[in-house]
Amino acid sequence: MPETLLFYVLAGVAIAASVLVIGQRNPMYSVMLLIASFGALAGLYIQLDAPFVAVAQIIIYAGAIMVLFLFVVMLLNAPQEDAAAWDRAHPLRQPGVLTFGTLLAALLIVELVWALGRTLGLAAPVAGRVGPATVSSVRELGRVLFTDHMFAFEATSVLILVAMVGAVVLARREEDR
Amino acid sequence: MIPLNHYLIVSAILFTIGSAGVFLRRNLITILLSVEIMLNAVNLSFVAFGRAAGDVNGQIITFFVITVAAAEAAVGLALVIALFRHKESLNPDAFTSLRW
Repeated sequence: MPETLLFYVLAGVAIAASVLVIGQRNPMYSVMLLIASFGALAGLYIQLDAPFVAVAQIIIYAGAIMVLFLFVVMLLNAPQEDAAAWDRAHPLRQPGVLTFGTLLAALLIVELVWALGRTLGLAAPVAGRVGPATVSSVRELGRVLFTDHMFAFEATSVLILVAMVGAVVLARREEDR
Repeated sequence: MIPLNHYLIVSAILFTIGSAGVFLRRNLITILLSVEIMLNAVNLSFVAFGRAAGDVNGQIITFFVITVAAAEAAVGLALVIALFRHKESLNPDAFTSLRW
């Protein structure tokens, strides 16, 4: 069962990289690990017969958005967490609180896995009902995107424009105004 | 064949990791990265459900989520840059005043 094994390897890489992302103190390592997590997720999309989403994930997420994050991390040359004394003395920094939060998150994971694992109707194979051809066709994706979701698509272009202008205005230096 | 709920479990674990990161980390950039983890977890759910239902709409909404995530990252990082210029810190606890 090579594809079952591949699923568990990719899922393991995605989860382990994500855990390490939030475990790092240096944001540079976090960004690099998140790129690894997104790469593993792209592999999962290919297994789900969604090659176009997988490629978009690599190009847009791992390529563009993460490079933007890397630029900001390098540009700010940000101090590590715990750099300031008032931060080290913060009440939420006491050792018990972090352990408590981590335990709560682990409890939530156990609860969700238990609930999703025993829900009937979700245990069927994901590729059981329909063949891969109906969902992996880029032609069909484009047809649905540009007909049924035309308004949402155009609204997205306005959103991008607003975000672009907003980012330029927000990041401008005070003295330039 | 891999059952649908295994994908959903991976998605749930990733989402929990992301939300834990938002709460536990004290660095604005890492918090934004945790939000990206959560968005990706939801994307995985959408694609898995779409595959199980044999419907391309699961993938279509993923494109919109990716687009919104790009816009969110651009505006969020611009805010981080503006805040860092004023306080020389990325710790959310440093930003306590409504105006400077």
